[in-house]
Amino acid sequence: MFTIKDVLETTRMITENNLDVRTITMGISLRDCSHPDIKVAAQKIYDKITTRAEHLVKTGEDLEAELGVPIIHKRISVTPISMVGESCDANSYVPLAMALDKAAKAVGVNFIGGFSALVDKGYTKGDQILINSIPEALATTDIVCSSVAIGSTKCGINMDAVRQMGQIVKETARLTAANDAIGCAKLVIFCNSVPDNPFMAGAFHGVTEPETVINVGVSGPGVVKRALEDVRGQDMGAVAETIKRTAFKITRVGQLVAQEAAKRLNAQFGIIDLSLAPTPAIGDSVAYILEEIGLECCGGPGTTATLALLNDAVKKGGLMASSYVGGLSGAFIPVSEDAGMIHAVECGCLTLEKLEAMTCVCSVGLDMIAIPGDTTAATISAIIADEAAIGMINNKTTAVRLIPVPGKTVGDSVEFGGLLGYAPIIKVNTFKPDVFIARGGRIPAPIRSLTN
Amino acid sequence: MRIVVTIVGKDAVGITARVSGLLADNGVNILNINQNILEGFFNMVVVADMGTANVSLQELKNLATALGKKIGVDIRVQHEDIFTAMHSI
Repeated sequence: MFTIKDVLETTRMITENNLDVRTITMGISLRDCSHPDIKVAAQKIYDKITTRAEHLVKTGEDLEAELGVPIIHKRISVTPISMVGESCDANSYVPLAMALDKAAKAVGVNFIGGFSALVDKGYTKGDQILINSIPEALATTDIVCSSVAIGSTKCGINMDAVRQMGQIVKETARLTAANDAIGCAKLVIFCNSVPDNPFMAGAFHGVTEPETVINVGVSGPGVVKRALEDVRGQDMGAVAETIKRTAFKITRVGQLVAQEAAKRLNAQFGIIDLSLAPTPAIGDSVAYILEEIGLECCGGPGTTATLALLNDAVKKGGLMASSYVGGLSGAFIPVSEDAGMIHAVECGCLTLEKLEAMTCVCSVGLDMIAIPGDTTAATISAIIADEAAIGMINNKTTAVRLIPVPGKTVGDSVEFGGLLGYAPIIKVNTFKPDVFIARGGRIPAPIRSLTN
Repeated sequence: MRIVVTIVGKDAVGITARVSGLLADNGVNILNINQNILEGFFNMVVVADMGTANVSLQELKNLATALGKKIGVDIRVQHEDIFTAMHSI
């Protein structure tokens, strides 16, 4: 039984420290929606999503009301559309993206992920058509998210895809230039992609997943920051212990919501993603946690070490609180979505190179980073390759979500609005990687892939 | 179903009476009350049973929010599961 102190602690976490369940994401298999006629396939996709996810938003709202904890997003992930569209006699999958957009809006979710292709080792016909369709799909839809997996520890890195994705990011930026390249905020390039990730923009419903599944992403950087205020001056053991205990409590809420949502929606409970996902709201920042541990500013010396401790302690605490853990599970460091990261870039403390170092020890990668509009496709490809190499060698997920904002350069900033936040344009090293990127081919799988 | 009603705000005469009155009027049975004053602030936690209630949790929540506004305190009504989940293994 809980005590009055427990009740007031929970209430404070929710009302003052931004504790929330970040997302309930319903994964829906679209493997039975293929058809040679793309119009029929689009209709099947629309029908299946609107049937399976009909009660998703209402269920989320009911749980939020009953438990008194905000559930910020209700979202959908689907089978990579490259596979669903592959049997279509079509040379563009934009109509399928539009079907996703329409279906997601009909059921009231705020994002749908899965306009995706998995090309770790090479392209199929459907993969190629899908990737070619990405810029137009992201420019003509509002809430469709796209991701492309270009490598993994098991497969190595597909450098042809890396080269093409640099061009796709640039083209997406060009087509959505009027909105500060917002299309690029909906496009993630992965190494070691995750089939049960509930977070956007990289969510898709993997091929090993069941028919319908509920995955939940928890949050709570503000709660961790507040808990650490009570152990100021104590050693790092106390810091790690405090983060673990807090992560446990946060995750228990996610577990409760996930189990109940899965039951009410008649879907399998998939996983809890133990991520600390920041928002631009004051007090909901991962950077502020690192500063609470003792840094003058996120990005300075000590940032990688403090982030490593945070990421590990969150997992250790969360693991005990949930029966099934998966997804990305770790601290997110999206620049534009974190007030502390934005400040750190603005004051010159946080650079792209330091962000790359941080991605070696946290859960994702170079995320929501606005870069100069004149950054070349080859440079973007090379940044993708570097980030993928970190993921491949360290057997972890890494992702790249860069936004080359047309017409803007260092000193400017870009406003995406809402949860996507705003970002100062960050400096990019302009020495040319063009000859390397032009080579193409595959970087072979590393020695650590040979584990059998 | 058991609920937890949390009342936090500036102390005043009659807060406990008003809140317990609201619960009684709607058939909600009080099982446990904890109340104290911390630095001039009124804190009360009520555990109650909705088994005999004549309103839904959502309706009770709306009535409680309205009462809270009227008497100047914050009243939250939540299913007890969130506290059990968070504070026990």
